[in-house]
Amino acid sequence: MQIRARENFDRTFRMIFRATGFLVIAVLGGIFIMLLYNSIAFFVKVSPWDFITGTQWNPSGRAASYGMLPLLVSTGIVTLGAMIIAVPLGIGTAAFISEYAKPGLKNILKPAIEMLAAVPSVAIGFLGIVIVGPGIAKITGQSNGLNALNGAILLAVMALPTIITVAEDAIHAVPRTYREASYGVGASRWQTLIHITIPAAAPGIIAAVMLGVGRAIGETMTVLMATGNVAAFPRGFFHSVRTITSTIAIEMGEVPYQTTHYFALFAIATVLFILTLAVNLIGEYFVNRFRKFQAA
Amino acid sequence: MKKLNPIFEWFILLFCTGTVCFFLGVILYDLVSKGWPVLSWAFVSKGPTAGMTQGGILPAIFGTVMLTLITAVFSVPFGICCAVYLNEYAKDTWLTRLIRASIRNLSGVPSIIYGLFGLALFVQSMGMGTSVLSAGLTLGLLSLPYIITTTEEALRRIPASTREAALGVGATQFESIRDVVLPSALPGILTGVVLTLSRAAGETAPILFTGAAFFIAGGSGYLNQEFMALPYHLYMLSTQHQAIEQVRPIAYGTALVLLIVVFFLNLTAFYIRYKHRNNE
Amino acid sequence: MSEEKIKLSCSGLNLWFGKKQVLKNISIGFPENKVTALIGPSGCGKSTLLRCFNRMHDLNPDTRIEGKLLLDSEDLYNRAISVTQVRKRVGMVFQKANPFPKSIYENINYGLKINGIPSAERPAIVESAIKESFLWEEVRDELKKPATRLSGGQQQRLCIARTVALRPEVILMDEPCSALDPISTLKIEELIRKLKEHYTIVIVTHNMQQAQRVADKTVFMYLGEVIEEGVTDSVFNRPEKELTRNYISGYFG
Repeated sequence: MQIRARENFDRTFRMIFRATGFLVIAVLGGIFIMLLYNSIAFFVKVSPWDFITGTQWNPSGRAASYGMLPLLVSTGIVTLGAMIIAVPLGIGTAAFISEYAKPGLKNILKPAIEMLAAVPSVAIGFLGIVIVGPGIAKITGQSNGLNALNGAILLAVMALPTIITVAEDAIHAVPRTYREASYGVGASRWQTLIHITIPAAAPGIIAAVMLGVGRAIGETMTVLMATGNVAAFPRGFFHSVRTITSTIAIEMGEVPYQTTHYFALFAIATVLFILTLAVNLIGEYFVNRFRKFQAA
Repeated sequence: MKKLNPIFEWFILLFCTGTVCFFLGVILYDLVSKGWPVLSWAFVSKGPTAGMTQGGILPAIFGTVMLTLITAVFSVPFGICCAVYLNEYAKDTWLTRLIRASIRNLSGVPSIIYGLFGLALFVQSMGMGTSVLSAGLTLGLLSLPYIITTTEEALRRIPASTREAALGVGATQFESIRDVVLPSALPGILTGVVLTLSRAAGETAPILFTGAAFFIAGGSGYLNQEFMALPYHLYMLSTQHQAIEQVRPIAYGTALVLLIVVFFLNLTAFYIRYKHRNNE
Repeated sequence: MSEEKIKLSCSGLNLWFGKKQVLKNISIGFPENKVTALIGPSGCGKSTLLRCFNRMHDLNPDTRIEGKLLLDSEDLYNRAISVTQVRKRVGMVFQKANPFPKSIYENINYGLKINGIPSAERPAIVESAIKESFLWEEVRDELKKPATRLSGGQQQRLCIARTVALRPEVILMDEPCSALDPISTLKIEELIRKLKEHYTIVIVTHNMQQAQRVADKTVFMYLGEVIEEGVTDSVFNRPEKELTRNYISGYFG
């Protein structure tokens, strides 16, 4: 091929590659505009104040009400419950893999965690119906165990691999010299872990938890299948709840195009988007702090 | 702090790890022990009959394969090109930083929001309707940030000297990328692609309103038609069917087949990674 | 020195990485069919200077280059000349052997292919390039094997063969022996002495014995400046500058 032709080829491809970069911005921009546009259409009809503080979500009744507070609280309860379970388990497992496990055991545990991460959420939701639900029902004497606790347990299972992997990286990255200094003054392995290693890895661990929270807030299928989906104001772990994600999943399939109800679902999706964005930004902030620490 | 008994300390961590492994064990044990008896050649080679209470899940398997292929056709070339742009061409400008920030944010966007976006963009605005194409493109968008991130990581591991070797004999930058950089990074890229597709194959939320259907008689194979998919099938069987107890065995079978598909893809990825490490 | 033909030269060359000036007002010429060694402590800019001559800095957006670089009388940074042409005429051998992840044959064939050499002519060129690089006896039966199976010294000779196959006018070598054992090093030095019959060679080295063994001319650089240049023998045995004397007698570097 002639040199000139080759160079034109080179230039063309450079342009193509760059265009794909713009595509990524366009996708995020598109999502953002879609949410914004439909939310504005909604807020023209319903005041944002009523939307945020309203305690009743009943869009299909005769006097439709679009209070998203119950959904927000549901998402909060389920996520909180998931983190109460997953954070200690996750950090403990990460510490065990990083500090205690022998290489042979590590080579089994790490793939096991990757396997857990690979299980599709719908399969975990299914197990929520057939195992966790009946289990909870037996203990509490309820007719079925489809409630916030069930959702929290399943979300914990879903968030655990993320938390373990990121936290393990963080603990592993703590310089050896820190530990040696601690052993040098006579501290035991446990004291070193609690007083030196984990505090030193704290930014990374917080990032791990934040990523787990982000995953739990945005997860749809498990909560949709396991939490009972009652749109009343949530009263606790042993009651049915209905998160933002499940509300979208349930109602979007049935609403007529471009009605207030349709726009309302985009409005709660916007709230969900903002929530996950905020959580991820916090996570990213700590990841960056953790990187700086690693570089130092 | 009071000194704890070392055995007890060790036990705390072991308990955490054990619980996590217990979760995995329960998932595997329950799905395999109750799904295995259902599996048969007929189960994976026939369509559902008698209102879903009997028969197999072939259309759902077919739909998931087709869906995953569409996802791959869309997201793999775009993702690789974008990663090449970021790692090989892009200078550190505000624009590049904006692209990177977009990728990070996209990977945190909940999958149900991708579903809404697919509904608004592909199904409604672009007039593709609820179809396997709309759903595949939606999953393609969802996969894009993961493909970009893993590909860029693979490219970053290729040393500068490899690129210089090609430039040194008079290759243009594009030729050096096409002939040397991408082939060297291929195992890493492939690992990322397969892992991403295994995730896409198991996704349910993005296909809820973009084209998944409860029942299609036989797989049509047309891009503009609705389709059955394994994860959606499992969701419907376990929550929406009127004879839930009766279809439970089929639900278990579906869950196990889905799990096998996903694990098979994961194992493929690990195999590529392992093989590549040994070759180095 | 005046009767020698200058093949490659630069004048008033300044180079910045970001805000840091790495090369300061360098003017220097490399005579045709001679080996010129660039010596100096690490970080003195000798590799950076070398890379200017086949425009390897083009891809680094932080780099700014000022000054005139000539191959014969052509400006290397003239917009009318493409960077790929420059690199074909000014070949480069790198510090660490970097064969392509392809077969031995393909490693040499690749450059011929992309530069549009007709496929009928390629096998003969590949063979002669391998012979020129003293590698033929060792690899003649293994041309299909991956190049990464070769030893470090063989890989580096393959990289030289890859460069030679394109019939460049100048060969730049960036510490080509720094990762090799003494025997491989000697083989490559022998090869360099042979290659200068056809090519103009510029070699960066941190090994002063090596410079004395292979170079006709030596340039001593320090902190981005050329301190002293001349016939190798006189630079090493009768240096004019204090700094040069200290460096070659091992006070620093």
